[in-house]
Amino acid sequence: MTSIRADRAGRPARLSWRIRLRRDRSLILMTLPAVVLLLVFNYVPLFGLATAFQEYDPLAGVWQSTWAGLYQFERLLSDSLFWGALKNTLWLSFVQLILFFPVPIALALLLNTVLSERIRNFIQSVVYLPHFFSWVLAVTIFQQMLGGAGALNQFLRGNDIGTWDIMTNPDTFALLVTSQVIWKEAGWGIIVFLAALAAINTDLYEAAAADGAGRWRRLWHITLPGLRSVIVLMLVLRLGNALSVGFEQFLIQRNAVGHDTAEVLDTFSFYYGIATGDYSYGAAAGLFKSVISLLLIWGANKLAHAFGEDGLYRK
Amino acid sequence: MTLAIERASGDAAAKPLAAQAVRKKRKYERPVWEEPPTAVGQAAKGITLGGVLLVMLVPLWIIVVTSLSTQAAVNRAGGLVIWPTDITFEAYRVMLSDATVRTALLVSLGITAVGTLVSMAVSVMCAYGLSRSRSLGHRFILMLLIVTMFVNGGLIPTFLVVTGLGGYDQWWALILPSAVSVFNILILRSFYSSTSLDLIEAARIDGAGDWRILWSIVLPTSRAVTAVMALFYGVGYWNSFFNVMLYMPTDSEKWPLQYVLLTYVNRGNGMPGSVNNGFGDQFSQTAPLALQMAVVVLTLVPLLVVYPFVQKHFRTGVLTGAIKG
Repeated sequence: MTSIRADRAGRPARLSWRIRLRRDRSLILMTLPAVVLLLVFNYVPLFGLATAFQEYDPLAGVWQSTWAGLYQFERLLSDSLFWGALKNTLWLSFVQLILFFPVPIALALLLNTVLSERIRNFIQSVVYLPHFFSWVLAVTIFQQMLGGAGALNQFLRGNDIGTWDIMTNPDTFALLVTSQVIWKEAGWGIIVFLAALAAINTDLYEAAAADGAGRWRRLWHITLPGLRSVIVLMLVLRLGNALSVGFEQFLIQRNAVGHDTAEVLDTFSFYYGIATGDYSYGAAAGLFKSVISLLLIWGANKLAHAFGEDGLYRK
Repeated sequence: MTLAIERASGDAAAKPLAAQAVRKKRKYERPVWEEPPTAVGQAAKGITLGGVLLVMLVPLWIIVVTSLSTQAAVNRAGGLVIWPTDITFEAYRVMLSDATVRTALLVSLGITAVGTLVSMAVSVMCAYGLSRSRSLGHRFILMLLIVTMFVNGGLIPTFLVVTGLGGYDQWWALILPSAVSVFNILILRSFYSSTSLDLIEAARIDGAGDWRILWSIVLPTSRAVTAVMALFYGVGYWNSFFNVMLYMPTDSEKWPLQYVLLTYVNRGNGMPGSVNNGFGDQFSQTAPLALQMAVVVLTLVPLLVVYPFVQKHFRTGVLTGAIKG
């Protein structure tokens, strides 16, 4: 056993698979539970996507249900509720890209200029915290602060300014959910940028300063280029997930503002698939989203390659 | 094709030492070449960061203070209480005397404990199993894992599989379908791959098998990442409520705390999606707002207890990989 292992140090082992199987059987055994769980709960459902092409009947099951071809997709494309959900998803995604995306970068840059390590660590541990809150909790906190009976309106009423119920107003819903995302996730989002900032060679700054570059020029010519590949990677991920703007957040708030504004693709497949028992229809909506998402990831990655970056995966 | 996560976490594993060295050198001093800050700049920076902290902390403060207030204080303030006047634990007493909340607390703690244990066991084993280079089939298994990050059946096919296996109204339906996070496995794997080979070889010569090596060498040398992954999984289980909605929506005996919070907050504020059973009438009699806030605090407490211990490991490299994917 040990003599076989010794090969690993130097020359490439050329062992028959039988010997390798004997040698590695416990390693393979270790991966087994995870593999089984993934097969059952990730791979088997892929076959379940067949329901999207059926008229699924829960009593008959996937094998016995009638096939319906592209009927469910035709229904989708002629369903104004579906188009509404798609429109909302894209709009929310766009608003998040514009308003949320730059926040962690700016925060990381700002935090990086704080010299005292103790203050920096303190701020970091505070801003990371909401990431670990559930959406139920986060929405509750927003409700308590900004809702009709919340702290803000309490203050407004106390000073006779009138009330302003942000939580149920469809017109400002996009801003509301984006500010929730910023509150909850922007702090956590800085980690990756802080790491990239720490990796920038400080000699560059010194040399630039010696050449007379001020702090803004150093930011522009050293810091931002140093962050470039991380920013591109995050952007690729964001674009690839353009159709996933969050699920629980909208599930919780959907009824408060109405489904006209708060319905996104994920809540659509839940409400019109599971809640109404129209499984095939919901599965078709889900499949539609998955296929477009894959295309988006692929496209965003191509774009990253075109800019000479690695993106999500290397060529 | 190399995935960004693998690259990133591989870098991350190597980073802590270097990062520390850089930080040591800088400490509190401003480098000599850097121009002194302007007063305006410093003030703007202070105000911005202070504002960020306030936005995070003030809501939590208000919620805790309100949960500790008497009904009289709540009435005086016209709602939420900002400055504590008369502190009372009445709301907590009432809350914990309610059967639904007590059950929910136990359910949440149970799911979190069992779920985290299952997830960690499965992930740690799988990550180690895949971390030895040149082992038979590890490329293939790795591919099998990674594919699931990009392609999945989605909500409804998964729901149909779980209910098809008899998962409706079963505890395992809240744990097993989401027990494996491929992402976390990849992070663990990259750390295990960087465990000193000398150490492992030495153990092997002493006759230790792979199980022994995992348990006695790899795990003890990667405590930080293990703690962080356990936090990730634990928080995931503690926070989950949607799977309850899917698999056991009717049985309030099996609701976790988050679902009670949702229901209860709904009731208190007329929020959406309410299911109006499960709460005794006593809630509407005593200090409803304080009580609501007490429920909010209850969902926060376990997190706040664990967070400080794990949070210190976030620093430097541990999580860079985790976030990059």
